[in-house]
Amino acid sequence: MSACTEAELMATTMARLLADSRHVAVGALSPLPATAALLARTLNPALRVTILGSRKHLAFTDGGRELFDCAAQGRIDTFFLSGVQIDGQANINLVGMGDYERPTRRFPGSFGSAYLYLLVPKVILFKQEHTPRIFVPKVDFISAAGVTPPNVHRPGGPRHLVTGRALFDFADGRFTLRAPMPGHTVEEIRRETGFEFGAPIDEAAAVPPPTATELAALRGPVRSEVAEIYPRYAAKAFGQSART
Amino acid sequence: MTTFVSSASTLVDPIADGARIAVPPDYSGVAMAATRALVARGVRGLRLVAVPQAGLQVDVLIGAGCVASIETAGINLGEYGLAPRYTDAVQRGELRVIDGTCPALHAGLQAAEKGIPFMPLRGILGSDLLRVRPDWRVIDNPYGTDDPIVLIPAIRPDFALFHSGMADREGNVWIGVRRELMTMAHAAARSLVTVETIVDTNLLEDPALAAGTIPSLYVDRIAEAPGGMRPLPFTGGSVPVAGDEALLARYARAATTREGFDEFMKDWLA
Repeated sequence: MSACTEAELMATTMARLLADSRHVAVGALSPLPATAALLARTLNPALRVTILGSRKHLAFTDGGRELFDCAAQGRIDTFFLSGVQIDGQANINLVGMGDYERPTRRFPGSFGSAYLYLLVPKVILFKQEHTPRIFVPKVDFISAAGVTPPNVHRPGGPRHLVTGRALFDFADGRFTLRAPMPGHTVEEIRRETGFEFGAPIDEAAAVPPPTATELAALRGPVRSEVAEIYPRYAAKAFGQSART
Repeated sequence: MTTFVSSASTLVDPIADGARIAVPPDYSGVAMAATRALVARGVRGLRLVAVPQAGLQVDVLIGAGCVASIETAGINLGEYGLAPRYTDAVQRGELRVIDGTCPALHAGLQAAEKGIPFMPLRGILGSDLLRVRPDWRVIDNPYGTDDPIVLIPAIRPDFALFHSGMADREGNVWIGVRRELMTMAHAAARSLVTVETIVDTNLLEDPALAAGTIPSLYVDRIAEAPGGMRPLPFTGGSVPVAGDEALLARYARAATTREGFDEFMKDWLA
């Protein structure tokens, strides 16, 4: 295997989770999910990719609301969300730390999360930093709820969580570790995660690193497409291509 | 009748202290020249509504002490990170944030453009937003059974303030696919618009342009202000215009402190 960056490993892992998607949408300021979606499309050209902030990958003509209308109609299969805190019930916090009225740290805000988390069938959570600061027992503010009562109309919700250290699945109200990223251990992941999660079925499993095909796509066409939207990110997130 | 005025400063004359103003996100058509005029005039107590999120414009207005409250789904400086004056003001307890979520901002304006009191919206249930938004209600869907659904009250701004590519001499304003500007204009009592250029043809007579045009019916005032979105990038014109990256980066750095912000503003207003 060729050495790859952590961002490339995460993007590849996220892209593989899109194998059964027909339409994946990516929010604004989300370079890692954009990379994953564009990688998935190079391997599956039938995948429709919508990226907010892109000129090339945005086919909406009804203004800012169209993404949300599409989601409520079931026209989007997959979306990505992150948080400044994520807890064991997959609640995400994009608002702030401490008391809501007088936060010790204020973050931008919930954006579309409170809505999309309930409506998009497969939401993939992602967070490169995997520490107890991020993965807490309980978030300080629930921007979007991981679990809702059974009478809530909820065709969507969290299905996976990809971090710099691991891939988790989310089902029946809890996370289960599917596998550590290469070079990381279950014991280390337990130490760095502030909530309980289910043990992997196969204790020896590891997330497979990018194949040569995936890596070539990432460092070739995907990097160029990402640069259209996120020039600064594209300049630093990708490793050197094999031929140089 | 739409009034044509000579400058961005004159454009914002009708905006009094305490006005409720809808503003677009950084990727749409932000009226930065008009914003600079508001800061220079020293307007106070603005109640801003971000459609649905905001960036530089709102951070500048907050830093300059012009804002009483902001209803928004989020505020940041895009690739330049957190909005420093906003973050600081909230952490000091000096700014009232009315936290929302993108589709709720759109839905509230849609209710206003329909002249109805509220709009129902899926999602949101389980979020703490419902706890901090007592004006959002949950009812049982009257057409269903045991189906809770959120109601978002209409948002009726006093003004919509934005920048667009072109207007004609009748007061029609072309916005292309940036249709949140259309919704804002429909929902607001008055719309104040800066444009790159004013054309001599009637935009509504060209079917290719008419569908993306706000009729003058909704447009109160227009000022021709080429580059009126600078330093933000602008994709709503005939050709995309890049942002002033050096200036944006400088703002993001400088505005992390009060002194740095004041220094930046002295230059920017000069």
